[in-house]
Order: sequence, then structure tokens, then C-alpha cells
Amino acid sequence: MFVYEFMRNAFWAATFIAITCGVVGVYVVARNFSFLAHTLSEIGFAGAAFAILMGLKPLTGMLIFALLGSIGVGELSMQTEQKESSISAISAFFVGLGILFLSLSSSSSSYATNILFGSIIGVSRSSVYQLVGLSVVVLLIIFAIQRPLNYDSFDHIGAAAHHINTGFIGVVFLVALAMAVSIGSQMVGSMLVFVLLTMPSSTARYLGKSIPSMLAWSVGLALLGVWAGLCLGYITNWPVTFFISVIEVTAYLLVYFTQAIKKRA
Amino acid sequence: MSKALQVVDLSMKFDDQEIFKKINFSLETGSMTALLGPNGAGKTTLVRILIGMLSPSHGYFELADDVKVGYVPQFRNIDPDYPLSIKSFIELNTPFWKSQKVKDQVNHILQETHLKGLADTRMGEASGGQKQRAYLAQALLDQPNFIILDEATASLDPKAKEELMSLIAHLNHEHKMTVLFVTHDIPLAKRYMKDYLYLSDGTVSQGKMEDFKESFN
Repeated sequence: MFVYEFMRNAFWAATFIAITCGVVGVYVVARNFSFLAHTLSEIGFAGAAFAILMGLKPLTGMLIFALLGSIGVGELSMQTEQKESSISAISAFFVGLGILFLSLSSSSSSYATNILFGSIIGVSRSSVYQLVGLSVVVLLIIFAIQRPLNYDSFDHIGAAAHHINTGFIGVVFLVALAMAVSIGSQMVGSMLVFVLLTMPSSTARYLGKSIPSMLAWSVGLALLGVWAGLCLGYITNWPVTFFISVIEVTAYLLVYFTQAIKKRA
Repeated sequence: MSKALQVVDLSMKFDDQEIFKKINFSLETGSMTALLGPNGAGKTTLVRILIGMLSPSHGYFELADDVKVGYVPQFRNIDPDYPLSIKSFIELNTPFWKSQKVKDQVNHILQETHLKGLADTRMGEASGGQKQRAYLAQALLDQPNFIILDEATASLDPKAKEELMSLIAHLNHEHKMTVLFVTHDIPLAKRYMKDYLYLSDGTVSQGKMEDFKESFN
């Protein structure tokens, strides 16, 4: 399998994407941002479609839209009382916009499929460098703010009482999240990016009791999903995204029911 | 005895609503004071001013040079699925890679708050009393010598209340910690607190807890 360069590229990209999504996901779940992550991926979809219309790389458009969207949607999610309905409205608008851009660009439908459901096999060497570079930037951002981010994400009231600038930490995290959504979408598509951003970290919440252990479980499960997904995709020729979803959801359900049975016992 | 806190002509207004006007009081170092008053009297507002989360509309307060304030807020978002262990919760405001000094400090505080045996229990699964002790332990990690607790016993059963209050009395007695304890529970305050501050109708009165007569329940 590794004799093929396209598979080596896919593994390298997948590894960094999984590490990034595994780390960022722990904070997404702790801050109850799962819905927000999904919305950002839909905004990113419109961005990718816009890039195709403009003749740019989909990742570039996705990054720009998701970064701009993260600030706007983040502000809404913190300020507005009816945040769910207002975020839903934004989601619907951007998905509609994405469909319009795709239709105007008169590109083949495979473009739409790639954006929505991922296209990691066939990723070029230069794209791998780009994805690895972006992953490193996201991880550096998280590392730079990890102490106040940990406090704010897991005890917002305590952090505010300790004079931590929770608003600033929230904005910086949203920027990191927008980037993670954009790079995660390259692997599993914007429709399913939350599979990597929320499933491994949700499972990790049952398995770890400290932030380092949750990070380790989350990254481990994300890596397991993408590596096994790539291998199974190679063997069966079925979509990699399908296998990743099945693996992550199965792991979550297994751990969830084991915990539920333990609690009842 | 020296003064830990001096409040001078402190007023607070939210829009047109006056919470309190030109209140004056002081707390002595090592004192144990209950902050009493009906709902909406401005107890939490006063506390938030003292810890720097709010700016007063008028007046000022002074803390002695060597005073370091610790604060235990009234509410926390800890649901039954909250994943962190008691130890990890207490350590939230420490570096990711902890020095031996920080680890020793955490262990010492776990012991002092009687949470050593429960260090690995998830906060979501801890009892109300255990959670409150963990909130206090997190505040103690900053090594304060003046601790402010906002309604810390409000949702606790009688046994957990006694446990927490004994712990606060211990901190005051052994570590000479100044305590400001916001509560509605006058019998509990009479048993454990020495002085009171009574905030009502925008004014404050101060005295010995044993002399406290008014009832607002």
C-alpha cells in the first residue's frame, strides 16, 4: 500500500489532521461548541465553492470563509439569547450560497462531492505540506493559550473570577477552530468534519479524567479512525469517510454503553 | 489588630438602580465575618467589586499590602457528565507541565480539604459537599490569606455544611486566614462566624455575630 505515493501522502495528511482535530475537539466538546463547529464547516463549504468559482484552491476559500465566519458566529453564540436559531439561519444561508457558487462555476459534480464528503486519497505532495503547516499553526495556537484555555473551557466561572480574559481566549480558540474545520474537511468533507472534531473527544470524556489523558485518548481515537479508514478504503475501494465515521461512532457507542452499564451496576 | 480591608464611601449603581450608597466598613486581619442581607441587597455585587470583577460607581476600597484574596463563586457549571477528576479540577489554573512544587502544593491542599481519597473521583459524580470543598481547594491553590465565599453552603445537606464550615474555621484558626462568608443561613453564621456585615436598603451595619438580631428569612 505504501509503495504508492498517493497513499503515503494521504497517510501523512491524515495523521496531522487527526492530531489537530483530536486536540481541538477536546475543547470543542468542553465548551459545547459542537453545533458551532458544524456551522463553521457549512460556512467553509460555501467558501470552498466560492474558491472553485474564482478558480482558487477550495482550501483557500474554506479557510477565508471559516475564519471570517468564526468571528461572526462566535460573537452570536456568545451574545444572542436565541443562539441556536440564529446559528441555524446562518448555516442554511451559507449552504444555499455554496450550492449557488457551485452551480455558477459549472464545475463537475465530483467537486461538490469532494468538498462535502472529503477527498484525501489523491491529495498532492504540495497539499500535504500545506495541511501539515496549517496543523502545526493550529497546534501552536492551542499550545500558546493552553493554560487559560484549559481553565476557561473546563471552568468558565472560575476562570472569569480569576480575571482571565475569557473573551479574548474565546476568539483565539475560534480562529484555531476555523482552521481545524478547514483542514479536517479535506479529510472527511465539510458534511462530516464533526466526526473528527467531536466524536473522538466525546469518547475521550468517558475514558480520561484529566486534560492530558483526554487529549491522549482523543488524538489516539482520531488517529485510529483515519489510519484504519485509509487501510480499509484501500482494500475495499469504499469511501474512506464511511469507514472513519463507522469507527468513531462505534467507539463512542461502545464506551457510552459500557459506562451506562457500569453506572447502573 | 491591623486592617485587611477598608471600604470607603462605596456606592454602586446599575443604570438608574442604586444597589448601595456610600457604605463604609473595615475587616480586621484574621477576622471571620458573615455577609448577610436579603436577596437583591447587593451582597454578590459587593463581593464582585472587592475581587475586581466590577468597578464601583463611587468610592473605593483598600486591601492591606500583604493581602491576597481568594474567591469561591456562588455557581459553577458542573453537570453530572463533567469529566475532570477532583484533582484535575483543582489543578486547572496550573501549568500543563507541573513542577514538583506545584504537585506538592496540590497534594497538600487535597489533604487539607479532606479530598485526598477522592482525588480521582469525577467532579460530575462528586456530592455537593465534595464539590464545594473542591471549589475552595482550587481557590486555596493561589495561597490567599483572605478568602471570600459566596453562598457556599446554600445547596448542601446539614452534614456537608458542618464539614465545610469546620474546614473554613480551620483555615481561619490555623492559617490566620481572613474570611468573608456570604450566607442566608443565620444559625450557621452564628455558630461559626464571629462578626457580621448586614447589607440592606443600600446601607451596611456591622457588629458581633452573637448580637445579630434582625431576621430577613
